[in-house]
Amino acid sequence: MTADASAIAPENLGTETAPRASKLTRQRVRSAWIFITPMLIMLALVAGYPLISTIYYSFTDRLLIADHNTQFIGFNNYLYYGPNLNNYDEELDGYFVYYEDTDAALVYRDDGVFYDLDTEDPDTGAMDPYAGEIDTADVFEWQGLLVDSLWWRSVWNTLTFSVVSVGLEIVIGLVVALILNANMPGRAVIRAAVLIPWAIPTIVSAQMWSWMLNDQYGVINEILLSWGWIESRLAFTADRFLALPSVIAVDVWKTTPFMALLILAALQLLPGEVYEAAKVDGIHPVKQFFRITLPLIRPALMVAVIFRALDALRIFDLIYVLTSGSRDTMSMSIYARQNLIDFQNVGYGSAISTGLFLIISAFTLIYLMLGRVNFDQER
Amino acid sequence: MSRNARRLLLRIAFYVLVIFIVIYTVFPFYWAINSSLKAGTDLFSAAFLPPSPAWTNYVSVFEDQPFALNILNSVYVSGVTVIISLFLAVTAAYALGRIKFSGRGVLLLVVLSVSMFPQIAVLSGLYEVMRWLGLIQRLESLIISYVIFTLPFTVWILTTFMRELPKELEEAAIVDGASPWQTISRVFLPLLGPALATTGLLAFIAAWNEFLFALTFVGNNNETQTIPVAIANFSGASEFELPWGGIMAASVIVTVPLIVLVLIFQRMIVSGLTAGAVKG
Amino acid sequence: MRQTLTAALLSAVAGIAINTSAQAQGVEVSISCGAVGPGLELCREGVAAWEAETGNTVNVTTAPNSTTDRLALYQQVLNAGAGDLDIYMIDVIWPGILGSHFVNLAEYIPQDVIDQHFPAIIENNTVDGSLVGMPWYTDAGILYYRTDLLEQYGVEVPTTWQELTVAAETIMAGEREAGNDRFWGFVWQGRAYEGLTCDALEWIDSFNGGSIVEADGTVSVNNDNAIQAIDLAATWVGTISPDGILNYAEEEARGVFQSGNAAFMRNWPYAWAAGQAEDSPIRGNIEVAPLPRGGYNGVHTGTLGGWQLAVSRYSENPEVAADLVNYLTSFNEQKRRAIEGSYLPTIEALYSDPDIEAANPFIPRLYETFVNAVARPSRVTGERYNEVSSAFWNAVHATLSGNGDAATNLASLETELRRISRGGRW
Repeated sequence: MTADASAIAPENLGTETAPRASKLTRQRVRSAWIFITPMLIMLALVAGYPLISTIYYSFTDRLLIADHNTQFIGFNNYLYYGPNLNNYDEELDGYFVYYEDTDAALVYRDDGVFYDLDTEDPDTGAMDPYAGEIDTADVFEWQGLLVDSLWWRSVWNTLTFSVVSVGLEIVIGLVVALILNANMPGRAVIRAAVLIPWAIPTIVSAQMWSWMLNDQYGVINEILLSWGWIESRLAFTADRFLALPSVIAVDVWKTTPFMALLILAALQLLPGEVYEAAKVDGIHPVKQFFRITLPLIRPALMVAVIFRALDALRIFDLIYVLTSGSRDTMSMSIYARQNLIDFQNVGYGSAISTGLFLIISAFTLIYLMLGRVNFDQER
Repeated sequence: MSRNARRLLLRIAFYVLVIFIVIYTVFPFYWAINSSLKAGTDLFSAAFLPPSPAWTNYVSVFEDQPFALNILNSVYVSGVTVIISLFLAVTAAYALGRIKFSGRGVLLLVVLSVSMFPQIAVLSGLYEVMRWLGLIQRLESLIISYVIFTLPFTVWILTTFMRELPKELEEAAIVDGASPWQTISRVFLPLLGPALATTGLLAFIAAWNEFLFALTFVGNNNETQTIPVAIANFSGASEFELPWGGIMAASVIVTVPLIVLVLIFQRMIVSGLTAGAVKG
Repeated sequence: MRQTLTAALLSAVAGIAINTSAQAQGVEVSISCGAVGPGLELCREGVAAWEAETGNTVNVTTAPNSTTDRLALYQQVLNAGAGDLDIYMIDVIWPGILGSHFVNLAEYIPQDVIDQHFPAIIENNTVDGSLVGMPWYTDAGILYYRTDLLEQYGVEVPTTWQELTVAAETIMAGEREAGNDRFWGFVWQGRAYEGLTCDALEWIDSFNGGSIVEADGTVSVNNDNAIQAIDLAATWVGTISPDGILNYAEEEARGVFQSGNAAFMRNWPYAWAAGQAEDSPIRGNIEVAPLPRGGYNGVHTGTLGGWQLAVSRYSENPEVAADLVNYLTSFNEQKRRAIEGSYLPTIEALYSDPDIEAANPFIPRLYETFVNAVARPSRVTGERYNEVSSAFWNAVHATLSGNGDAATNLASLETELRRISRGGRW
């Protein structure tokens, strides 16, 4: 893990080793820790408890209900073979099981025995074990996040969305940054104009786009119709095949400024002589861009992409406002929120959040590993 | 084709692209202004100019709630958040970007991992922390919690930029006997101008627009609400009616200061390194 | 410079904190009155009257307009056991979800006062024998139609969905021929959200297809009448209703209807006032009727909506808070709200009140609708209601978008609901 991440840390191929470290180096390392500690304390204070409790809750059956007795259930939220977890009933102290073959109402308890609900003593609640034969294959099933088709669907939706929208943002962001970097009249105003989409609160801009994309009185349909690009009004956010592209288009609009601004900052830090030399050598500007500019801004670009990807993989507001609870466009975060808040199922919702975390970390690690190869070539 | 003609053509193509991009980014904002000047049934029309421009929406924004105070709250929260995260991030970025020590990679990953959970998942844990700190219904709760998303971002960006800077500068400072803090403040900070202005601006806007934490931590008091919460509180004559004109007017009111901010800061975004001042 | 600015801001904020913690004599309770708008003003006036009467003070706070955001906020505050808020304004489907956090109002409010309200709503608000919310105002789905167009095309007000389909087709064909290429027959709420549950429940109930989950806990949604109802609705999409209807909530539907581009609309009573506003193109040309029946054996129905007031278990002054709730939901206060804000009373007697009829003739006419209204199965499904509703609207939405027919989708919905239901025990 250390090696992967140090891809972005420079000069990690250090030749110095501890015994030979000079006094100066030791001093520097000490001051490094002094500099880092405030940040770490701050993060631990704010994020430590919430993150750890989320992971912890994913191993429990916590519900958002007063007086619910939360129990540790191990990996049951992730993968579990047994009676339907939803059928756990505190009053019965076990799982309610309806056995279809013999039309019997049973209770399955932790001791592995099926009890006959019909023999329940109304006063003590005691029950006799069920007399008949039970084929557990009819009663038990695989459950949990790993076999949840809705979860995998939301994973697929989110990945499609993230790859396409971040990909587009890189390309458009580069173009916009290069333009902003050029010397032209009125560039201050243009810089401000380009940043507007990022500046409007998402809860507002998402709603605004949903209005603009409306099939009956939306301005986008109006424009496309008047230009003759479409024959009849399109239901952008309602059509199963247009909904995801529409969400992507709005996300690109909204977050390209972020990418463009970071790339612009990287461009501003580039040393000028390289270009002067290139000019002298008569290298074509396009070639210049791919041979000189792109490699030099790559570290900044990579970091910008990481943060855009982290945001895209956690997309919530935009999809929620544009297409609501539709399963066709459901993202991982929406699924998490639905379980955590709407269904009050904190245990399962936390498992979804943790699953999301694991997927994102896997992507980041792979990305950093791949990125490192390029780093080495460059240096 | 002569060289001049080709140049002219390229120039025209360039400006067409610029115009296209500006329209693409600005048109929705124009539409917000347009909608904010419409009222009643006009809102459901796609007219490019408001048929009968009305300022009522702008007036109503300030009528029923302390919207000016909400703006001030947002300025305070976002401003302090940015100052704190930039300060913590610059020092951390110097350590992570310029000093070799073991565990650097792990630290960077740990910092990043904070940004890997969906916001909704950390919400209830954070709410408990804020209650424990006694900060519910206080703006400080937002400043602290916004660090969750601004700090990983500022630390990573500044670390990246910091290590791109030439080694010779730092060596010169060390030879002159400068302490690490002096090295940061005298040598690196001036050079990092564009990076600082950019990350600061992006973090400011992120904090300015945050909704979920603000709703949960300070949402129960009109006087501590921030802008996005105040906007989400707008309502029409009934629960179902969306007060579209008012929402748009409020959005325009809060977006304009940000545009002004960008106009001011854009000089800093570009004025850091002048070409040729530093060896590569 | 920066330091002074920060200091100034800090002191400004400190000032705010002092202001809000100012104490007055008597007890202070806080109430969440919903979003900022005319409704908040009415609430403030009612609260002020109670303050003057009792000498207590009330801190009125606002909540987001979006009900999902509001639920998320309330859940955080309640689950932390925080007494920050004493009185909550809850949706008609929340008693089962949030009920465990509220006190039993029957212990504070006299039974004869409770009995004035519609029994169906009181029953809806009673969870495990505890009255967790007092009805404040109500709502139900109704049919809006254009009187001018019905007259022009010689169409009677439809009493069955089949009639409505034919009427909508006739008017739409005529209007399109006349040149309005964006005219539609019927608009409603087809978005994958709670509103679709309301609409689809009305279709099913009007065909005598039950209410998804019955009061005894049985999952009833997979029956021939329900299948017939949903299949009929699916034929509307792209014919008498635009394709975009699949992402329409209340406001999108109203947008089309109020611009004069639809003959019929299913919506809540709020659309009346907006449609009759001075700048409305359809002013004077709209009328309301109960929603059509599903065939001649069906029934007129409407899904019950509306809001209740509940007192938090974590409140330090539950008696005082319950007294405020009692005041705000009382006969006189509901009458004032009906006259000044067109809020629909939950007290039966107010529907024959001459003052209300004089101010809002529209309200007494809705009496039949409320008596016949159908409640969503939120009481029997308890805290799992949202899960049930989400599964239901997704099955309906899939059918409407042509992703399988009603028979297939309702059959798999039945399996899904059985899974959620602990074998019908909930």
